[in-house]
Amino acid sequence: MVSDVKDILLVGVGGQGTILAADILSQVLVSVEYDVKMAEIHGMSQRGGGVSTMIRFGSKVFSPITEKGKADYVIAFELLEALRWSDYVKPGGVMIANTERIEPLPVILGKAVYPNDIEEKIKAKGINLITIDAAKFAEQAGTKKAANMVLLGCLAALMPIGKEAWYGYIERRVPSKTIEINKKAFDLGYEIISTTASMV
Amino acid sequence: MKVLLTGNEAIAHGAYAAGVTVACGYPGTPSTEILESLAKYEDVDASWAPNEKVALEVGIGASLAGARALVTMKHVGLNVAADPLFTLAYTGVNGGIVVITADDPGMHSSQNEQDNRHYAKAAKIPMLEPSDSSEAAWLIEKAFTISERFDTPVLLRTTTRVNHSKSLVDASDERVQKEPSYEKDPQKYVMVPAHAQKRREVVESRMAALADYAEEFPGNRVEWGDRQIGFITSGISYQYVRETFPEASVLKIAMINPLPKRMITDFIDHVERAIVVEELDPYIEDQIRGWGLTVEGRNYIPGIGELNTEIIREALNEEEIEAPVEDVKTEEMPQRPPMLCPGCPHRGVFYTLSRMKLIVNGDIGCYTLGVMPPLNAMDSCICMGASIGNAEGMHKATGRKDIVAVIGDSTFVHSGITPLINTFYNQDPTTTIILDNRTTAMTGRQGHAGTGVKLQGENTKPLDFEQLTRAIGIESVQVIDPYELKEVRQALEEAIAQDEPSVIISQRPCLLVERSKNGPLMVTADNCIGCKVCLRLGCPSISWKDERAVIDTASCVGCGVCAQLCKSDAIVEYTQPDKGAGI
Ligand code: SF4
Ligand code: SF4
Repeated sequence: MVSDVKDILLVGVGGQGTILAADILSQVLVSVEYDVKMAEIHGMSQRGGGVSTMIRFGSKVFSPITEKGKADYVIAFELLEALRWSDYVKPGGVMIANTERIEPLPVILGKAVYPNDIEEKIKAKGINLITIDAAKFAEQAGTKKAANMVLLGCLAALMPIGKEAWYGYIERRVPSKTIEINKKAFDLGYEIISTTASMV
Repeated sequence: MKVLLTGNEAIAHGAYAAGVTVACGYPGTPSTEILESLAKYEDVDASWAPNEKVALEVGIGASLAGARALVTMKHVGLNVAADPLFTLAYTGVNGGIVVITADDPGMHSSQNEQDNRHYAKAAKIPMLEPSDSSEAAWLIEKAFTISERFDTPVLLRTTTRVNHSKSLVDASDERVQKEPSYEKDPQKYVMVPAHAQKRREVVESRMAALADYAEEFPGNRVEWGDRQIGFITSGISYQYVRETFPEASVLKIAMINPLPKRMITDFIDHVERAIVVEELDPYIEDQIRGWGLTVEGRNYIPGIGELNTEIIREALNEEEIEAPVEDVKTEEMPQRPPMLCPGCPHRGVFYTLSRMKLIVNGDIGCYTLGVMPPLNAMDSCICMGASIGNAEGMHKATGRKDIVAVIGDSTFVHSGITPLINTFYNQDPTTTIILDNRTTAMTGRQGHAGTGVKLQGENTKPLDFEQLTRAIGIESVQVIDPYELKEVRQALEEAIAQDEPSVIISQRPCLLVERSKNGPLMVTADNCIGCKVCLRLGCPSISWKDERAVIDTASCVGCGVCAQLCKSDAIVEYTQPDKGAGI
């Protein structure tokens, strides 16, 4: 019995909109009739801690949890979190990392240092790393806050699901006033990857 | 229609479908969202109770009156509710009653890692355990049926991974309709010794009947595969086993108490090796061994923390497994600990407590984060409501007066009132600080008796903490604004000096409940002398760049606490650079 299950991780810092992006992603997967399981670690995320969501889909999914070294895609909303979760990317897998740096308290207090060579470290592991300044593209779309949609767009471009399905769930999930901005941000992310996909 | 639901949403949906009309609980991760999801239905009376014991007592009342009732809590909450639960096992029910115990293996957000399966055995009541959302929705309906058929409360045990993971559920809107009916029956419902002695026998014969039922219960099933290894498992561990060993035979148990003895015996007879895979205590394994059967499990599977597929694979694979590439030493990376929010009203109090070097007995809530550096303002934290009693005990032991208890508003209502009465009665001169931020913040901003808003949105009359503490008899009661550091310090100095118990009510709404109307502050680099005093607050909005403090104007809420610390007036109101402010 060969399992066709694929694993996607969305990781970041509380307040970056990872959970919303993960919700949209899993709804889209359900709409194209996959069995889907999703595991969240939240709880204290509102208080500046790390957040991670694991999404597994295929014809039949048992465990909701992704093992280290097994994720097909890891989308990191913050650079240090990208490094922290890089052990989860499978050999030859893809990591999309936002270049935003959010310093954790130990760094601010001078008790720890924010590493400077994160990208090199991740690449040295043989991971296909794509870095994106998501805030820049989100600003082009209308607001920095839509950075999560830029990153979702990046992921969508790697998946065999038409754009319309994504639009549908974005429309349902974001405040009506911001639908166009969010869709634009999603499109910008989608284009970046479509044009650089040969890298992957 | 198939929808993606968390285990908690699935339980709420299933309970609604089962005709639950009264639901009560106390918020606690990972159980909180069950009641919040149920509260959305108009024909359910869903409410938060001051604590789990009261929640169960409300549920019992509803059940006796004939309604189906759901009671929710996290694992440690069952310790609080254990008292009525054990006697409820004797009285039995009228309308079905199901109590959720949401265990937290791995302690994602709990102070201990107890395995509440033992409660089912100790209280002599049935327990069911789902392994994903769809099973959760199905089992909660079964739980109500069992409750009424066997005249017993039923425990439904979940774990964090089931509560907070999403999977597909077949969700229809059908709902069982039940007319409540009540008949007076003191022999059954009034547990004076003479009545209870008779009910004691009923409890035993009920468990015997349930043991027979367990053999045919459709949630207990064998999935035959390769018979070299047969796994006996339940809950989320079942999913990990199926994922890791897709070819193996599996006995999946959904009824945790009583266990299906004949079914298990038969399964063990038909496989070469039987291995129990279960999280935390060897609960199933010990019972099987107790029947004199040979079974493995704890010799491979760790008993501390959450399981996952990796742990199970590594524990059970005799062959060498290729270790995953781990070039990144995550333990050497900067951690990202949770912290008090920018502008959190508790920060000023903790800052002052820490500067005054007082002994601080803490409690359960957001404010437990006052233990984190740079505040380091906490000496103890045991369980909900413990801080006030702990402080009193410390005083009794040492005679010191510089001992304080901090307790949140919700926790105070939960179980802080009784120890405060004790402190008053004994006249132990400790200081209790009620950190009143008008909400139960840690679990996601639930209301409580002090907030004036009920779970289903209606307004109600809020409890007045000042009047309450004065009514207890405490005379030294001060109400302060935690944003005013001088006021905080003065109040503390005054309270510590007293020879009798004192209370300080620190009042400011949580920022997640009431957005600040103040604009952000900023640091004028020219004035900043780089003394780092403002960094001692541990406000996430203040960071350190190029030998100067910097305030992130996007997250700063302008509480002004840092400005009160800066001796060189470097922290001022934020002005847009282009609007010109001499910078
Ligand atoms: S307290 Fe004032 S002077 Fe000292 S580092 Fe902070 S901003 Fe600068
Ligand atoms: S005013 Fe100072 S302490 Fe308050 S939120 Fe802003 S930076 Fe933090």
